[in-house]
Amino acid sequence: MELLDSFIVISLIKAAVIFGVLMTTLAYLQWVERKVIAHVQVRPGPYRVGPHGLLQPLADVIKLITKEDLVPPYVNKLPYLAAPFLAITMALLSISVIPFGPEITVGPVKTFMQMTDLNIGVLFILAASSMGVYGIALAGWASNNKYSLIGGLRSSAQMISYELPMSLAIAAPLLISNTLSLRNLVEAQSGSILNWNILGGGQIVSFIIFIIAAFAETNRVPFDLPEAENELVAGFHTEYSSMKFASFFMAEYANMITVSAMATLLFLGGWKAPWSAEYGSSLVPAAIFGIAAAVLFYHGANAHRKRDKLTFPAFGAIFVVIAAIFLLPMVQGWLLPLFWFSAKTGGILFLFMWIRATLPRFRYDQLMGFTWKFLFPVAMLNLLVTAFLVAWFAK
Amino acid sequence: MDVILFLIFALIAVVCAINVVVQTHPISSALSLVGVMGSLAILYLLLGAEFIAAAQVIVYAGAIMVLFVFVIMLLNAGAETKKGRSYLIPGAPLLVVFLGLTAYYVQRLFPANTMVTFGGFTKGGPREIGEALFTTYLLPFEVTSVLILVAIVGAIVLARKEIE
Repeated sequence: MELLDSFIVISLIKAAVIFGVLMTTLAYLQWVERKVIAHVQVRPGPYRVGPHGLLQPLADVIKLITKEDLVPPYVNKLPYLAAPFLAITMALLSISVIPFGPEITVGPVKTFMQMTDLNIGVLFILAASSMGVYGIALAGWASNNKYSLIGGLRSSAQMISYELPMSLAIAAPLLISNTLSLRNLVEAQSGSILNWNILGGGQIVSFIIFIIAAFAETNRVPFDLPEAENELVAGFHTEYSSMKFASFFMAEYANMITVSAMATLLFLGGWKAPWSAEYGSSLVPAAIFGIAAAVLFYHGANAHRKRDKLTFPAFGAIFVVIAAIFLLPMVQGWLLPLFWFSAKTGGILFLFMWIRATLPRFRYDQLMGFTWKFLFPVAMLNLLVTAFLVAWFAK
Repeated sequence: MDVILFLIFALIAVVCAINVVVQTHPISSALSLVGVMGSLAILYLLLGAEFIAAAQVIVYAGAIMVLFVFVIMLLNAGAETKKGRSYLIPGAPLLVVFLGLTAYYVQRLFPANTMVTFGGFTKGGPREIGEALFTTYLLPFEVTSVLILVAIVGAIVLARKEIE
């Protein structure tokens, strides 16, 4: 009974921590995205609410909650109300099997930095993401609006089509690591950057296919045809307002985080450092924050504006503290893996934003032709070659 | 705990299955069918067959039923017109009798000690299924693959526009 109690208590705490961190990340991811796109387009982006628009997510949340929650009279009530719920549930569900770090010891308790370790973690995420299609398809259909319907149709067709190359791309690293558990998958890639599936396994092709399919699965530019605003108003969520709209929004960003984390775990060695701690990989985070602090101190000393003389050194001091925390031996055990995991996932998320700011949208027939005539055969070939090589070297 | 979960999801499966037939709108029927698939997956999970449960959700609920829903949405099929429910008068007792007889004979034919207990099904991993598919069931597996290929070719031939 004591075991059960502690299991439930630990799971509840982990769920609360992961949920809290995830929700904050979701809110701030949107701020980061607006800032990144703004800077790519040489404009400041959100600037008014708080310093550098840092309180913008909070303002957005308040705006979305207090908006009128409109249900148009011509919708199909039950599916219309179930759709956003389904979308956000399925998006958040897949986070529960993603491991963020190794086994850690907190006081008397030893636990994994993960909600739960399933033997079929990879399949669980695939299942959750394939159920997420219903949220979008139903939203489009139940709205009784031709723009929504076309958006929903496009999105379901697109997600079914890109699921195939995505699954084939996932299968290749699974063959090499010979497991379906995400934790064992990462452990199989331990060592240095040469042991990661993308380099050591020679899975660079799978990685590229996975990333392209991930863009389509999450309905992001250049594959964001379900919500192409110049043709479809807002696509499948045209008739949604207030928190129901926000659910779709959060689901999209949660899906982005999930696929980025998946790419990290499958191809980029998860929470493992690119080279071993003997050659100083444990000093990298401290060095990065230290350099950032030095740059801030330098600019603070030569500031043009009066207030920068104060704010730059203040942020520099914060960065010095963070760098010092990374050097403390007692927290390094869990903080370093978390840093590497966040850095890799964040890098892929940045790629999402970068591409959104750079590439135009596909035409719909191009989108379908691309996956069926190019991506799918290449993924198939890649899987075959990988399978042959694995069988060859296994002898 | 297992029994309670079994009863809950068995009930959901049965209610959804009845709903598939009762609903007049095709989308509602299709969604009820998704409910049946989902509860079946959870029943597999209760038996300990994780892989089969995941495959059930990915293949049936996630791929096939999405295509169903997609086609229904594309054709924009409306609700059926309701007819009388007079068929229920002879139908319902017959159905109960049929189900009762089936349950009785299943009980008689299969002794209880050969049945799988909750969590007792250990041979459902990807490795065991792969081995079974490529050794014991090789012929049915290959024949099914050829059948599906024929179906795909047939669909393309039927759907292709004639080029003059």
